[in-house]
Amino acid sequence: MPTYRFRVNGNAATVDSWDPDQPLLYVLRNTLGLHSAKFGCGLGQCGACTVLLDGQAVRSCVLPIRQAASHAVTTLEALPARIPDAFIAEQAAQCGYCTAGMVMGAAALLSQTPHPSLDQVKQSLAGNLCRCGTHTRILNAVMRVAKA
Amino acid sequence: MHAMTSLTRRGLLKSGGALMVSFALGAALPKRTIAQSAAAPDVDSFLAIHADGSVTIYTSKVDIGTGLATAFRQTAAEELGIPVERFNVIEGDTATTPNHGGTGGSSGIPRGAADIRRAAATARQALLDLGSKQLNRPAADLTISAGEVHPAADGKGIAVAALIGGKRFSLKVDPQAPLRDPAAYTVVGKPILRADVPAKCTGRHPYLQDLTVPGMLHGRVVRPASMGARLLSVDESSVRAIPGVRVVRVESFLGVVAKDEWAAIRAARELKATWSEWSGLPGSAGFERTLRESPVERDQVVVNRGDANAPKPLSATYYWPFQSHASLAPSCAVADCKESGTTVWSASQNPFGLRGNLAKVFGIPQEKIHVIYLDGSGSYGSNGNDDAAADALLLSRAAGQPVRMQWMREDEHGWDPKGPAQLLDIRGAIDAEGNITAWETQMWLPGGPQGDRALVGPESAGLAQGHGQNAGAMTLNTDPPYATANLRVVAHSLKDTPLRLSNLRAPGKIANVFAVEGFTDELAVAAGMDAAAFRRRLLADPRAIAVLDRALAMIEWQPRPSPNPKPAAGNLHVGRGIAYMRYKHTENYVAMAMEVAVDRATGKVTVRRVACAHDCGLIVNPDGLRNQVEGNIVQTLSRTLHEEVTFDRSRVTSVDWASYPVLTFPEAPAIEVALIDHPDQPSYGAGEAASAPVAAALANAIFDATGVRLRTVPFTPARVKAALA
Ligand code: FES
Ligand code: FES
Repeated sequence: MPTYRFRVNGNAATVDSWDPDQPLLYVLRNTLGLHSAKFGCGLGQCGACTVLLDGQAVRSCVLPIRQAASHAVTTLEALPARIPDAFIAEQAAQCGYCTAGMVMGAAALLSQTPHPSLDQVKQSLAGNLCRCGTHTRILNAVMRVAKA
Repeated sequence: MHAMTSLTRRGLLKSGGALMVSFALGAALPKRTIAQSAAAPDVDSFLAIHADGSVTIYTSKVDIGTGLATAFRQTAAEELGIPVERFNVIEGDTATTPNHGGTGGSSGIPRGAADIRRAAATARQALLDLGSKQLNRPAADLTISAGEVHPAADGKGIAVAALIGGKRFSLKVDPQAPLRDPAAYTVVGKPILRADVPAKCTGRHPYLQDLTVPGMLHGRVVRPASMGARLLSVDESSVRAIPGVRVVRVESFLGVVAKDEWAAIRAARELKATWSEWSGLPGSAGFERTLRESPVERDQVVVNRGDANAPKPLSATYYWPFQSHASLAPSCAVADCKESGTTVWSASQNPFGLRGNLAKVFGIPQEKIHVIYLDGSGSYGSNGNDDAAADALLLSRAAGQPVRMQWMREDEHGWDPKGPAQLLDIRGAIDAEGNITAWETQMWLPGGPQGDRALVGPESAGLAQGHGQNAGAMTLNTDPPYATANLRVVAHSLKDTPLRLSNLRAPGKIANVFAVEGFTDELAVAAGMDAAAFRRRLLADPRAIAVLDRALAMIEWQPRPSPNPKPAAGNLHVGRGIAYMRYKHTENYVAMAMEVAVDRATGKVTVRRVACAHDCGLIVNPDGLRNQVEGNIVQTLSRTLHEEVTFDRSRVTSVDWASYPVLTFPEAPAIEVALIDHPDQPSYGAGEAASAPVAAALANAIFDATGVRLRTVPFTPARVKAALA
């Protein structure tokens, strides 16, 4: 079975995958036991599976493991508390199934643009869906960090 | 995760909690369940005070992200005088929780919390009696606070854990037990933070989707190419190259299991199967005509007052399409089907109902099925979770191993039971003063026999089951909340439905209020009156007037007739709208005002501001409530602007987020919510009510902006553009 090496949350990881096209999401969840990234659509349409690849937000459900090889992956488990804390302060979750993707999307934005406008936040999260309608609170949470 | 769950449960048992039901995951099923009739429940079935002073609440009602569990903790903490942080909640476990109903119809607070409150109030009296003996003081001199029974005036107290910790109350819930005076509440009414939120925001919340059990396989289903198709043949060699895959076939039920999840997904996708032709659906294009012309099962006269033949010169027809729960997570379940007993982990909103239905359909005695609720993604009524449980059970039974089965996105959108389409004809009349002199609503609904909904997998597998349809209380709010002398409402339930029906959030009421409050706006226009003033004149209930006035003030409403006389700025028309309703005519009062901009060139509707005034009686947790109200508003804007399940003659064709779009962040409006608290009044649930007036307020605002009345949902740019042309 082919082996893939990459960094996950600061540590070296070596994983086997029988299929080089296996999306990173399943490797994270099933091989590495990192459950924060969620399966929502497997189509790159909802953002529930968002993680950082070299600091950029990617949809791990459509990123083949071979393309993640030799890159650095960050999942919510290893994200500094700053953004999650803002989400907690705003109570920015209902079911929370979208939340990890939201936080990671926000992390990617805020690392590039530390003080985005509300409009920039809305645009950058345009591909992250929340079915429970927690939008107002999620925006407030990201703006709380943006204004800090 | 599995180990974690076991430990918690075992810890609970070891600590000597009042519930002495033997239970361990993977071990023998409990000898009895503690489910009991609601008529004479035990205190111990709802509450256990442990030796360490912590308290567990047991309930069949589930939180699903609504904050219900937090409201339960507050309610019990208030009655017991024990700090809210010491409470935890076990939800929806058929072996350990009482069955006081499933979760739905916004009943969690008015019924669920009321049950827990009475159990806690009974427990309080017992604790006061025990304290009285220990402290040698009359119970009447004692009170409980900070987890201690102590004299109200002075003197030493004793911790509740020392009185009862680890022991049973062995008491029936006393419906007459004195309740705390709401005027003295210190926990209820406070914005207590939800216990589940930190883990959800740090990626550590244990979801059903994250559960693994020893020996577990991953399963996927292969649904028929057309909804009613039969499986003719399967070519197993088509997936031979994928490691460790087993194909499961039971009649026309087809699925795969594999140790590796990705292998299961690929196998399900690549498995070659031949299906019979089937084209039994009417198609969603022109479905409003299908509704009107299909055979009717029953005509229900919902309201009939005054003269049914009073003249009604004004009329309009409103249409609401089928909609999906479109849960963010596809439905999922883990099932472990063994000779000795079956365990199902599910995010079903009704674990006891699911157990009963699985028992019937699979012919397994109910005592041999253990359903355990775990949080999934939001569901807004019965989505596909019960079907997923049946699929997982079918796969586990065939594989002889535990199976985690998750639907793919197209399974969820294609096969979840749907919120029904609705067609409403309204006729009415007004007099010169703006009184409504006559009103008639006729509504057509897809239908079928009442009863358990057929489960998708068992249907394909040829298992005998009921084919009931249950969409919830669809016919409420079909008449106006305003003084009307001559009133008649008739609901025509059809014999059949093309898609299985579900109680999707605020069942029926969103479309009903869309039609009723839209038509009320039409009457105001006919009267040449301001939309708010027209309504206000016809309302008598002060609580109704209070929410209406509050919403109007928030949006800075300027009285004038619609449409907006101000000319468009370029292509942009701006307007405002108002809608009011009292949920089910007996519950929450909600007024919703909106400001919109409509682009004539593109047909795009932008909701700029939403102002909502909400009165649900006593507020248990204002922040949790606000979160629910905001969610209701955004989700219903999504349903109104974007959502329609489409189907051709054979299958649902809106099967992903591109073909079934929902509202995105760039469209998220500014939302202002005013909560009106009535501590002396009963609490109504708030899981649904604020959805009901959303579509009406939006349509009324669009009319004000453009002079064009939209009576068909969704308000897509194409539809709006065509209407404005
Ligand atoms: S699960 Fe990856 S975008 Fe939806
Ligand atoms: S909180 Fe449920 S999908 Fe976002």
